[in-house]
Amino acid sequence: MRLPKKGFFYFVILLMTVLVVGCSSSSSGNGKKTEEVESVVTTVGPEDGAKMDMWLFVDLHQKFYTEMLNKWNEENPNKQIQIKFTVYPYADMHTKLTLSVQSGEGIPDLADVEIGQFPNFLDGEVPWLALNSYVELYKADLVTSRLDAYEKDGNYYGVPTHVGATVMYYNTEILEKYGIDYTQIKTWDDFTAAGEKLKEASNGEVYMTSVDTGGADWLTLAMSEYGESWVENPDKANVELDSLNNMLTMQQSWLESGIAEVTPGGQIDTEQGYATVAKGEVAAFPKAIWYMSRFTDYMPEMSGKFAIAPAPVFEEGQKRSNGAGGTGTVVYKESENAELAAEFMTWAKLTEEGGEQIWNILGFDPVNTKVWTNKEITHNQENEYVQYFVNNPFDTLLEIQDEVNLIKTVPITTTINEAFNLTTLNEVLENGAEVKQALEDAQAEVDFEQE
Amino acid sequence: MKKIQAFLFSQKIAPYVFILPFIVSLSFFWIYPMYSTINMSFHNIGNGYSEYIGLANYEKLLGDKVFHIAVRNSVIYTIFTLIILIPIPMLCAFLLNSKSVVGKRIYKSIIYLPALVSVVVAGILFRYMFSEMDTGLMNQILNFFGLESKQWLKNWGTGMFALLLLATWRWTGVNTLYFEAGLSSIDEVLYESAKVDGANAWQRFWHITLPLLKPTRIYVTTISIYAGLAMFLESFMIYGSNNSPKNIGLTIVGYLYRRGIEKNDLGYASAVGLVLLIVALSISMVYLVSSGMFKKEAK
Repeated sequence: MRLPKKGFFYFVILLMTVLVVGCSSSSSGNGKKTEEVESVVTTVGPEDGAKMDMWLFVDLHQKFYTEMLNKWNEENPNKQIQIKFTVYPYADMHTKLTLSVQSGEGIPDLADVEIGQFPNFLDGEVPWLALNSYVELYKADLVTSRLDAYEKDGNYYGVPTHVGATVMYYNTEILEKYGIDYTQIKTWDDFTAAGEKLKEASNGEVYMTSVDTGGADWLTLAMSEYGESWVENPDKANVELDSLNNMLTMQQSWLESGIAEVTPGGQIDTEQGYATVAKGEVAAFPKAIWYMSRFTDYMPEMSGKFAIAPAPVFEEGQKRSNGAGGTGTVVYKESENAELAAEFMTWAKLTEEGGEQIWNILGFDPVNTKVWTNKEITHNQENEYVQYFVNNPFDTLLEIQDEVNLIKTVPITTTINEAFNLTTLNEVLENGAEVKQALEDAQAEVDFEQE
Repeated sequence: MKKIQAFLFSQKIAPYVFILPFIVSLSFFWIYPMYSTINMSFHNIGNGYSEYIGLANYEKLLGDKVFHIAVRNSVIYTIFTLIILIPIPMLCAFLLNSKSVVGKRIYKSIIYLPALVSVVVAGILFRYMFSEMDTGLMNQILNFFGLESKQWLKNWGTGMFALLLLATWRWTGVNTLYFEAGLSSIDEVLYESAKVDGANAWQRFWHITLPLLKPTRIYVTTISIYAGLAMFLESFMIYGSNNSPKNIGLTIVGYLYRRGIEKNDLGYASAVGLVLLIVALSISMVYLVSSGMFKKEAK
């Protein structure tokens, strides 16, 4: 039976609609894709300035560099610089940079490299300029552990952007409602006791915290507190540490007693994580200071409800923070203007002037601690973070400024993170595996890679 | 001049001239990279250095548990896609070809539509559908029937289910089209004479359609084997990255990407790529030989 003519007519119309919609959506889709996937190029600076290329993976960073570049050109008439900024998506930029370094072709003069990707470029012959002499000028005012993140054989190869100090975010609205004073929480035991109280008072509706299966922030915090590091010896990493054992055992007991839940989405810095926080499902969690921007961007409704405090410790006297995340800017050593680039970049990111903009534009805790004590900058009521949080972020930062440890990122770190974030944490926190055994298995995976 | 003309007009030479573009592109885009990959798989490669290490990469692969997980995932995924994406589209094509179905072109368009959606978009869509929160579509369905919410993407079985559902949703239409094309080449007379002989619909399908669809079946199976083993982006998008809990969504290509790009270890990644090539080639060859593809047709 053939389709009746009328049916055929309708079919043609349908087909044409599909084609037209298909074509238009694919072209507009491509258009959008082009915007997202392809680079966004902006050139800043005078035509007669020294020309440089810079690759970035965060649009906002470009705003900061542009601000600083304009200032630099104003203040240094003899050292004019013109930078062509190209912003790529995160993975694209790092892949492109890796491939250009491997092939030795098309390497930009400057690039932002995320800390997790940094070890890839420290392997073998480092293509970046050693920045020691440039950093030296500002070193006295800097949180030096941040410089160590980009160090190899005594040379600094990256200019840090922020400290990324880990702090505790407390939902004061919930805690007050159930009669808990977060300022009295000093140790993890106090934290656990507060959790018990919260569970009882809220009838199990609110968890004290949520633990992560897809991120190692809790673990690096624990190591920092004990002064341990799984890459103490970068060539023979050891993950069977007391700090990790204690943290995981404690988290397991929280899950068993219903004080904590496993963060939906694996970690708090995901869409599902934001939803959990915004719903008031958890009362507290540790995260780096850069997480403030997640609050203002994704949880504006929680304004005025969250406080920032130092993280609890296992034993009083332990250091209470850890530097987490980060971006190191590198200078290509074969670049025609390598020295000028290094001079500019260290000035832009490490001076007090630069630090002020890092706080204002990016909302990060700058590496230059002079900024931390400058109340005009830190207590500026115009600043959205100052407005958002119950207390001033820098009050907490000043309290812990000498306690920010850093677990170094070295080549084997990628494997360690992979083992923990994919397997160990899931085994321990989701499946209730024995902590010692899980750490042993992780060690075996790391050993396999380091053989 | 005459010699050149004779050369160009020679019946022996002409075919080679015609296939020259193919041979040139094959050498540029396949043979050279292939040679390069084989060579790189015997090296330890990093920034500014490349040292010969013999078979070390392959020896390491043998003991690499994560690689074994990736191979297992890819193979199981491939087998399931074959089980799902051959019979169902074949049946769809057979039904759509039936004369008693009205508006078949509309059905065809509908089942083909998902193939037009980009994997990236589809992957993100499925990620939200299979979210472990109560608001995720799949969990809403479970809750509707009084069942508890599931952590779909955190367990192997349910994670694989999500991947397979995505594959089924996207590729059923495409495979149906292939089978449609195959069906249209079957002579109507055969069906009519079978009918005259009293064969029912099932018998006609079993004894006429199925055997005569063999070339199409072989083609669809071969490309499905390849597509299954090469799957990467679907998993990447559903999990939001190349990382899935306990590597349940890791595929061979995902592992190649992790090693080569994410860990900057191109030598080892080359070895992974070659193993993938060997696995894919051997499975395809075994299938093609067993299905009699290389036998000379009976005269």
